[in-house]
Amino acid sequence: ELEESLKRIQAQRGVVAMMIVNAEGIPIRTTIDNSTTVLYAGLLQELIKKARSTVRHIDPENDLTFLRIRTLKHEILIGPGNISIKITIQLYVL
Amino acid sequence: ERGYRPISYVDQMAIHLSLNGNMILKDSDEGRRQSIKLSTALSFLSSEKAPLETSAVTSGEAEIKEEESTGDTQTEGSRTAEVTEAAEAEEAEEAEEPPRLRVKEKKLANQFNFIERASRTLNNPMRDRACQSEPTPCESFSATANPWEIYDAYVEELQKMERSKAKEKPKAQIAKREEEKKGRKLNSLESQSDDRTKISKTAKIMERVVNQNIFDDIAQDFKYFEDASDEYRDQKGTLLPLWKFQHDKTERLAVTAISWNPKYEDLFAVGHGSYDFMKQGQGMLLLYTLKNPSFPEYVFSSESGVMCLDFHNDHPYLMAVGFYDGNVAIYNLKKATSQPSYKSSAKSGKHTEPVWQVKWQKDDMENNLNFFSVSSDGRIVSWTLVKNELVHTDVIKLSVEGTTMKGPEGLQLQTLGCGTSFDFHKKIDYLFLVGTEEGKIYKCSKCYSSQFLDVFEAHHMAVDSVSWNPYHLKVFISCSSDWTVKIWDHTVKTPMFVYDLNSAVGDVAWAPYSSTVFAAVTTNGKAHVFDLSINKYEALCTQLVVAKKKNKITHIQFNPVYPIVIIGDEQGHVTSLKLSPNLRKMPK
Repeated sequence: ELEESLKRIQAQRGVVAMMIVNAEGIPIRTTIDNSTTVLYAGLLQELIKKARSTVRHIDPENDLTFLRIRTLKHEILIGPGNISIKITIQLYVL
Repeated sequence: ERGYRPISYVDQMAIHLSLNGNMILKDSDEGRRQSIKLSTALSFLSSEKAPLETSAVTSGEAEIKEEESTGDTQTEGSRTAEVTEAAEAEEAEEAEEPPRLRVKEKKLANQFNFIERASRTLNNPMRDRACQSEPTPCESFSATANPWEIYDAYVEELQKMERSKAKEKPKAQIAKREEEKKGRKLNSLESQSDDRTKISKTAKIMERVVNQNIFDDIAQDFKYFEDASDEYRDQKGTLLPLWKFQHDKTERLAVTAISWNPKYEDLFAVGHGSYDFMKQGQGMLLLYTLKNPSFPEYVFSSESGVMCLDFHNDHPYLMAVGFYDGNVAIYNLKKATSQPSYKSSAKSGKHTEPVWQVKWQKDDMENNLNFFSVSSDGRIVSWTLVKNELVHTDVIKLSVEGTTMKGPEGLQLQTLGCGTSFDFHKKIDYLFLVGTEEGKIYKCSKCYSSQFLDVFEAHHMAVDSVSWNPYHLKVFISCSSDWTVKIWDHTVKTPMFVYDLNSAVGDVAWAPYSSTVFAAVTTNGKAHVFDLSINKYEALCTQLVVAKKKNKITHIQFNPVYPIVIIGDEQGHVTSLKLSPNLRKMPK
């Protein structure tokens, strides 16, 4: 059912790309070409670390559950897990 | 000429002081005379009986010495030493008999010859010797000390301590080894499953967020939209359509039951089946959440159509389901299987007709779960979960008065009425109402199994739904396919209010926030919302919810927390609608 839910996410309207990156920053699964994936993974990893550090700094019992970056053209959704990170790029900004 | 000449007087010289000294050069005449005088005085004083010779000799010697060495002003010189040695030698030779007293001989210094003799120790040659130890290995280390890192370290420590405490309990060594092995296996398994579970969790969140983005405007409406035009509408209200839930597997199945989960206010269950007697297919049970409108959270399929369902109040993961084939089942959401945990069967006393309604009851004396079901076979059955099995007990048989038939062998057969719906009183536990296909409503008690407390001649056609008012303990409402909705006081035989809705009424529900608001849905696709405190005769809102000709609405439910209702229709769709403010007025 994990596979199914991933497929459903991809099939939703407006989802441009989806990738799963493991803890070391190596993409496990992606729907677009490798170079862009590596680019996104590398750039976003630092951001996630910083965001998580910020949240936990304020209260150590808290933790980051989700990160959304809205840009002019699309929206990047980042769901950080402990072992893997999931990144979805969606073309739908109000 | 290269020497110093004393000049007594110089022009520039000024004499400050002149003093005639009284020092006499030793060697000069005057000096010698004086020194002789001194020495003779001394010898007279110090000498004992000494022969004149010797004394004369000594004094003479002394004189000689003195004469010779008076010129010296400085310390010993080699000449004096030689002289004294010579003098001593003479003495030693000449005068041995008489005791001699010698004048202590002074070492007279040499005026002109100065010989210094010094000696020095040998200096040891210096040599440098050093030793050096090996430098400790150094490594550069940098880290940031964040409060959360500190917190993590503490938590780890705590866990380690707890684990060591647990291990301290005496165990056999073999057991220990086994546990270690198990632990290792678990670790490797866990890491695999952890990956999956964590990704699946993130995937779930991701899906919901993506959906939220897509349905963003609806989500905003759900939360924040308040229909401002209600002020101009004269107390009438509207229903704002929000999400529509559908699933391709349930395209042909009608919604037969909907119910909100008591614990998670955004989770609701939809039962799918078919009302058509001729077309009976399989059934499905889906659980949706408002957070993810595009896909159900849980999907269960069954062989026969689901007719009714109910969530347990205390155990929100347990659902009781009644089927078209007369079975009842309990689904446990915590377990991952798609099959029910417990299911009744022909042996365990299932109904012979479709089960129209199930309702959970309080746990009985032995803390076993139990629920009631009503069915067209005229029996109201109480099912108890005893040791993982469903045990049934007939509570009441709905016998229809005055219709006894004579069967073969002269037995009196009681035809049984068909129960179509029931509802338990909120406060009085044993009191409940049953609606039947004949249009009667029976007021019954759990204690009496064959007698009804009361009968209401309610409708002309089957009673589709009965429901007690959650606030007014005496009032209940009933709806029927005879196009009417009636409100009763259970002590009075005639209804208090009757509403004619122009079409068969599928379902009626009281609002959880107000004692005077209720909603009814009709088969022509309309939803009606009434508020008795505002308008006793007309609906506040009559709205077409689904397309009129193709679709009929089957059920409606109010959400206990949010101001929305969900409406199920015959095509298997569930529409959620938001109540406008006029419809949500709380009674004073």
